[in-house]
Amino acid sequence: MIVLESIVKYFHKGSVNEVFALDDISLHIDEGDFVTVIGSNGAGKSTLLNGIAGGFFVDSGQISIAGNDVTAWPEYKRARLISRVFQDPLLGTCPSATLEQNMALAGLRGKRRGLSRGVKGRDRDRFRTALEQLGLGLEDRLLDKVGLLSGGQRQALTMLMATMIKPDVLLLDEHIAALDPKTASQILTLTQDIVENQNLTTLMITHNMKHAIGFGNRLIMLHQGRILLDLRGDEKKNLTVKDLLEQFYRAQGEELAMDSMLLN
Amino acid sequence: MTFYAALGAVEQGLVYGIMVIGVYLTFRILDFPDLTVDGSLPLGAAISAVAITSGVNPYLSLVLALAGGFVAGMATAFLNTRFKILHLLASILTMIALYSINIRIMSGPNVALLGVNTVFDPVIQLGVPAHYAGIVVFGLFAVVVLAGIIWFLGTELGQAILATGDNQQMIRSLGVNTDTIIILGVGLSNGLVALSGALVAQNQGAADVGMGIGTIVAGLASVIIGETVFGCRTIARAFIAALLGSVVYRLAIALALGAELGGFRFNPSDLNLITAILVIGALIAPNLKKRLIER
Ligand SMILES: Nc1ncnc2c1ncn2[C@@H]1O[C@H](COP(=O)(O)OP(=O)(O)O)[C@@H](O)[C@H]1O
Ligand SMILES: [Mg+2]
Repeated sequence: MIVLESIVKYFHKGSVNEVFALDDISLHIDEGDFVTVIGSNGAGKSTLLNGIAGGFFVDSGQISIAGNDVTAWPEYKRARLISRVFQDPLLGTCPSATLEQNMALAGLRGKRRGLSRGVKGRDRDRFRTALEQLGLGLEDRLLDKVGLLSGGQRQALTMLMATMIKPDVLLLDEHIAALDPKTASQILTLTQDIVENQNLTTLMITHNMKHAIGFGNRLIMLHQGRILLDLRGDEKKNLTVKDLLEQFYRAQGEELAMDSMLLN
Repeated sequence: MTFYAALGAVEQGLVYGIMVIGVYLTFRILDFPDLTVDGSLPLGAAISAVAITSGVNPYLSLVLALAGGFVAGMATAFLNTRFKILHLLASILTMIALYSINIRIMSGPNVALLGVNTVFDPVIQLGVPAHYAGIVVFGLFAVVVLAGIIWFLGTELGQAILATGDNQQMIRSLGVNTDTIIILGVGLSNGLVALSGALVAQNQGAADVGMGIGTIVAGLASVIIGETVFGCRTIARAFIAALLGSVVYRLAIALALGAELGGFRFNPSDLNLITAILVIGALIAPNLKKRLIER
């Protein structure tokens, strides 16, 4: 479903601020795979997802999604195939538009937008039913502005909006990291339900090792722009947090050695 | 203020109100401060005047003016989205270019519209007294434009424009080319500004290259006064407020210019000072109100 071939990405190439963010990444993800992505801060996780989504063009390599070579497609065009949910709940919705307007915008993801009504009468029942499933009482607030909702409510709405039209690929970038623990686990359960029901091909970045092990059928660990670990099937199932941390620290060994040298 | 002064002010408020609706679209909806309008207002006037004196139907000349303004706005938005030139700077560049272009179009700094047909003639022929013709025509145009823009912003495309002003990242990841949307929105805005300029020219009997000076100031003043006086909770309300804000702005100016305090009178050259005071008043009024209520 997703094929990355030798993806390379620099930021500020050639300047003193040069960052080698993605170092020759190749990755094949099958249809229906639910991949969790871990790695230390600055490992390149967000950059990887951004590169897939078209937030920038990669410096070299090839990206194909659902059989389309999208390497040269701009972000808005890739949106036909991809849905995203960001860490910041404010990024996924329009605050000054109403719930139903936001949902209608998402209901046209990747489609032509013409001169018929933005929110159609027949949509409302569909929206209400979808919101009911969240169990947050949002079904009675179709005409409220989204800016009035809490972060958790907005993120739940964003999850719903991201999957109103089934995406070929769902990209989640620490989408529960900004929420309080209770809301976070609600959104995570919701994510699991949606991904399973629609059998979505999903990449989910998390900094929670338990979630990384407990969710999905494949786990990759990034470090300094490379894929350091790629586990699936039983290998992943039998993984413990302790194993993972060991691998994690072994990967960062050189850095830790450097740190301890500096500390001493 | 005499009755005729008030009538004139309302008339001006309505015709420039079409411009204010355009300014609201860029300034508030798209969050794109656009100074192109100082050039696209006289552009509309120039196109319409030259078209009419060459025998084009006055109503058709309005369509040409609108199209001309649309292209001017597109040019600004193109500079901004394609070449990443700051919106203010991009709009200033188009504005100064339009100064020369407008003189080219008119083959001189102005074109008189004396003894030619205008959009007012059919209305006068219907039996409307000549001194009410302006208010009738401008009122009709303003209401049609207002209804049109409110309808348009409720469509799928219009909703994408609103979302582009609100959260570009979100609407892009829903498949909308935000650059195209900005070009469309700024184009539409300047189309309306040019339409307003064309109507002004037909009313005052001339198009003049200098008639656009201060358009953006008047536009912003009207927007801010409208928001303060009439509110902006919904899109429809905000655009109605913009149009009415324009009328209130022109009435306030007429009132100030007509006022006599002892021996003191304002001169027409005090217009900018009065505008500044009006805007400051509108900006601090909500604050003052809140403080008075809290006491
Ligand atoms: N837009 C950008 N401009 C410059 N550097 C960036 C940009 N985005 C990310 N980086 C850098 O690329 C590296 C990887 O960042 P990122 O992918 O955000 O890491 P994370 O794994 O924490 O999500 C970091 O060194 C970061 O500073
Ligand atoms: Mg990140």
